[in-house]
Amino acid sequence: MAAGPARRALPLILPSLLFMTALFLLPLITGVAQAFRGPDGLTTGYLRRMVDDPYFWQAARNTALLIVVLIPLQFALALAMALLLRERPRLAGLHFYIWVIPLAISDLAAGLVWLSIFTDRGYLNSVLDAAGISPYAWLSFQHPATMFLAVVIAELWRATSLVFVIVVAGMQGVPRDYDEAAAVFGASYWQRVRHVLLPQLRPSLQVALILRTILALEAFAVAQALTGRNFPLLVGETYQWYTALQNPNVATAVALVVLLLSVVAAVGYLRLMRHGPEPGR
Amino acid sequence: MRAQRLWVQAACVAISLFMGVPIYLITLAALSSRESLNDFPLSLLPTHPSGETMSTFLRSTGILGGLVNSLTVGLSTVALSLAVGLPAGYALARYAFRGRDAYQLSLLLTRALPIVVLSVPLAKVFLTTGLYDTAYAVTLLHTALALPTTVLISAAIFVGVPREQEEAAMIFGASPMAAFGRVVVPQALPGIAASAIFTFVLSWNEVLGASILTLNRRTLPAQVLATLGESPLAFRFAGGLALVLPALVFIAVVRRYLLNMWGTPLR
Amino acid sequence: MTPGSARISRRALLAAGVGTAAAPLLGACGGVSTNGAGDDENAVVLMSNQFSPVEEKQRFEKILSDRVTGERVAFNQIDPGVFSSTFQAQVDSGNVRISAVGALHGDLAPHASRLIDLDDVLAALGDRGFDADLTDLAKLGGDATKYIPWMQASYVLAVHKKALQWLPSGTDVQQMTYDQLLSWMTAARAGNGGTPVFGIPAGVKGLYHRFFQGFLLPSFTGGQITTFRSPEAVTAWQYMKELWAQSAPASTTYDNMQEPLQRGEVLVGFDHVARLVAAPRDNPGDWMMVPAPSGPKGLGYMLVLAGLGIPRGAPQQAPAKDVIKQLTGPQVQLDVLRQNAFFPVTNAKIPADLPAEVAMAEAAVRQQRQAPNAILSLPPVGLGARDGEVAQLFKNCFKEICLDGKPIPQVLDAQAGQLNRIMDELKVPCWQPDPAAAACRAA
Repeated sequence: MAAGPARRALPLILPSLLFMTALFLLPLITGVAQAFRGPDGLTTGYLRRMVDDPYFWQAARNTALLIVVLIPLQFALALAMALLLRERPRLAGLHFYIWVIPLAISDLAAGLVWLSIFTDRGYLNSVLDAAGISPYAWLSFQHPATMFLAVVIAELWRATSLVFVIVVAGMQGVPRDYDEAAAVFGASYWQRVRHVLLPQLRPSLQVALILRTILALEAFAVAQALTGRNFPLLVGETYQWYTALQNPNVATAVALVVLLLSVVAAVGYLRLMRHGPEPGR
Repeated sequence: MRAQRLWVQAACVAISLFMGVPIYLITLAALSSRESLNDFPLSLLPTHPSGETMSTFLRSTGILGGLVNSLTVGLSTVALSLAVGLPAGYALARYAFRGRDAYQLSLLLTRALPIVVLSVPLAKVFLTTGLYDTAYAVTLLHTALALPTTVLISAAIFVGVPREQEEAAMIFGASPMAAFGRVVVPQALPGIAASAIFTFVLSWNEVLGASILTLNRRTLPAQVLATLGESPLAFRFAGGLALVLPALVFIAVVRRYLLNMWGTPLR
Repeated sequence: MTPGSARISRRALLAAGVGTAAAPLLGACGGVSTNGAGDDENAVVLMSNQFSPVEEKQRFEKILSDRVTGERVAFNQIDPGVFSSTFQAQVDSGNVRISAVGALHGDLAPHASRLIDLDDVLAALGDRGFDADLTDLAKLGGDATKYIPWMQASYVLAVHKKALQWLPSGTDVQQMTYDQLLSWMTAARAGNGGTPVFGIPAGVKGLYHRFFQGFLLPSFTGGQITTFRSPEAVTAWQYMKELWAQSAPASTTYDNMQEPLQRGEVLVGFDHVARLVAAPRDNPGDWMMVPAPSGPKGLGYMLVLAGLGIPRGAPQQAPAKDVIKQLTGPQVQLDVLRQNAFFPVTNAKIPADLPAEVAMAEAAVRQQRQAPNAILSLPPVGLGARDGEVAQLFKNCFKEICLDGKPIPQVLDAQAGQLNRIMDELKVPCWQPDPAAAACRAA
C-alpha cells in the first residue's frame, strides 16, 4: 500500500469522477446559484422567504423525527429478517422473494396501496368494521399520532428491503466456520451474533446506514400520498416550490438544506467508520 | 430446538404477511371492477373480478414503446453503472488513498439533491448537445443516480474478499485484470447482484428525471406514472400493478446471484 | 466455497454480462417513440398538461385523429409539475421540439416572452365569436395575442340527493346563500350521525384555493386582492372556519371531489367541473349540480380558461397554426364538451343531447354566470411565475385559520405582507373583481 495508493486508485476511480463532474457537478453549480442570485445580484431574499414559510419548520421537524424513528426500526427489522433467513426456514426462497418485492414498487404505487389501507373507507377500517369495532380516521390532521404511525409503517414496508438486501449480500461473505467454532466453544446464539457476525457485517451495515439515511432524506411521495401536506417533509417542500409555486430559487434553497443535512449525516457516519477497528477478515 | 424452529417459521410467516399483504391488495384492486372499489366495507376477497381497468390501461398510447425504452434504459444503466462503479468500488476497498472520504462524500451527494434541481439544468445541456429526448440521456442520468449504491455496496463486499487469493492468482501468471475477473468478481457476486437490483429498480421507477429529459421517447413510468396521479383510483391500481411486474421478473432472475454463496441455492 | 460453485457462477456471470452488454444495442436508435405518431418528422407535437386522466387522454386523442385533417398531431401529455420546466428548457436552449402548447391561462402566463404572437390567427377566426374577456386575457398583460382560447370551465357544487333530506325548509338549493349552506351542512352532519357530509378538495393537488380566491372572498368582500385583509375578509374567514368545522376532515387528502363523492364519503362537494363529472356518471338520477352560493356582495364565481399557443422557434409553425384553428372549430369544441366536460370558448351551439352529467354541469355553470348578482373573477392576470405563490397565500390562510386555529386578523396581516411584497415587485394593475387601479395590493 505504501507505493502511492492514490496513484493506483486514480485510474480506477477516474471514470466515475469524470461521470460525476459532467452529470452532477456542472448542473449543480448552475442549479445552486439560483438560491442566491436574484434579479439584482446576490440576495438572501430566497432564504428569508424559505424560513418565513409556515410549512418550512414543520417540514424540517418532521424530516428529523421520521429519520430518528424510522432508521433504527428499519435496521432492527432488516437484521432480524436476515438472521431468520440464515436459519434456513422452510420455504426460505419464497420468503426471501416476498421480502424483496417492496423494492420493485415505486413510491407512487406504495403510497397508493397504503392510502387504500389507512383511508377512512379503506381496508383497515373495513376489517375493523367487520370485527364490530367502529372505524377510525387514521389519517385525519386531528390525529397526528396515527398519521405519523401510518407514515412510519408504510416507509418501514417500502424501504426495509434495501437494508435487508445489503445485509444479506454482506452475510454471504461471512464464513460459517467462525460461527461454528464459537458454537463449539459454547457461545450462546446472541453472543455469536453480537461478537462474531455483527463485526463481520460492519462494512455492509455502515454502507446500508449511509445510503438509507440519505435516501430517507429524499423520500416524500408516500408521506404525501397518505397525509397530503399535513405531514410535510423537506424534499416534498422542494417539489412544492418547484412545481406548484414555480419558484426554483426557493426550491433550490430548500434543496440545499436537504443537501446540508445529508452531508452532515454522511460525514458523521464516515468519521464513525474510521474510528472503529479495522473490520475482521 | 423444535420450539425454536417453530418460532423461526412463525416469524418468517409474519414478516411475509406484512410484506405480502399490500402486494395482494394492489393486485386485488387492479383486477376488481371500478364500482366495487367504492363499496364500504371493502371486500378482502376477489368478489368482483374484472380486467376492464387493466385492459384500458394497457391500451393507452405508447405502452409498448415505453416498455422497450424502459428495458433499454434499465439494462443499459445496469451495464454502465457496473462498468464505471465496480473499479471504483474496488479502489475504495483496497487503497487507502488521500481524498477517499471526500470522494465517497461527493458520490453520495448526487443522491442527496432532489432530482428536479439536477434535471432542469441537465435538460438544457442535453438539448444543446442533441442528447435530449433519447434513451442515452436518461441512461446517463440514471447511472449518475445509481453510482453511489453500486460503488459503496461493491466496496463493502470487496473488503471481504481475501487479498491473498488475488495475489496468488497473479503469482501464477494472471494479469491484474484477469485476477480481478476470475477471483474477486465471483466472490463479490452477491454484492454485485444487489447493486444490479437496486440500479434496475431505480431506473425502472424513476419518473421525474425521465419526464424532464424526454418528450417523444418516454420510458414507461414517465409515460404512465405521471398521468396516473390524476386518473381514477381503479386505473392507478392497474398502472401500479402493471409497472411492478417487469421489475419482479428482473429480481427473480438476479436473486440466484445474490444468494450464491450459501452453497446450495435456497428454495 | 467449493471450486465447483465458483465455476458455475462464472459461467452464469458471463451469461449475465453478455445480456446486459447487449442492452445498449437494443436502443441503438436512442429510444422508441411513445407519442402515438411514430417517428413522423412532420407531426405537430402538441404538448399539454390537460386531460391527464388516462381515459380523458384517450378520448382527446380520438378527437384529434377524427377531427383534425391535413396534419398529424402527436398529443404529448405531460405532468403539470414539469410542463413549465420542459417548456422553458426547450425555448431557452433554442432547440425546440414542440410546435404547440395547450395549457391553462395561469400555466401560460409565466411564458409570455416564449410564445409567438398569434394576432394573425385570431384575426382569421373572426367567425368563432370569442368573448372579449377571453381574448383580453389571451394577451397576457401585453399588446399582442399570445394564445388562442381553447376551452373553459368553472367550479360548482355537486350534491347527492340523499343530502336534500336535511335541507332546511325555505332554502332553494339552486339559489343558496353561504349562511344557508352552513345551516344545511350543520343539519346534515347532525342527521348523519355526526359524520360531516361536506368536502372541499384541500389535498396537495386540490384546487381549493380557487374557492377562496374566486368564490368565498368575492362574495363576501367584492374583491380578491385589494380587500385581502378588510373587515369583510375577516367575516369571510370566520365563516370559512365555521364551515370547515362542519366539513369532512379527510378533505385535506382530497385532490378531487369526484372520488370521495362516488365512494359516498361525502355527499356535497365543491370542485372544478371536470373534477366532479365522474361522480354522477353512473347514476345521474341520484345527483344534481348547483351554482355556488351567494354572499353579502353577490355570487362570486371564477372563470377557468385554457389556451393554445406556439413556442418561439417551434419547428412546425404554419401547421401548428392550422391545428389551432381546427381545435376551435364547432365540432371539436362540442366533442370536447361531450366527452371531457370542458366548455366551448366559441359561439358553438350547445346541443340538447348532452350526456346527463355534462348537461347538469352545463346548466349549473350557466346559471352561475347568468345570476343577476354574479361577480366574475378572472384567474390572476400578469402574475407570471408568481401565480402559484399567490395561490399559496390563500392556502396558507386556510391552513393557519382553519387547521391551526390562529387568530384571523393576525394571519391575514401576515399573509397580506407577503402578498404586497409580491405585488409591489410586479406592479401589475388589478384584475376583476378588483377595480383596475394603478398598482394592485392589499389595502
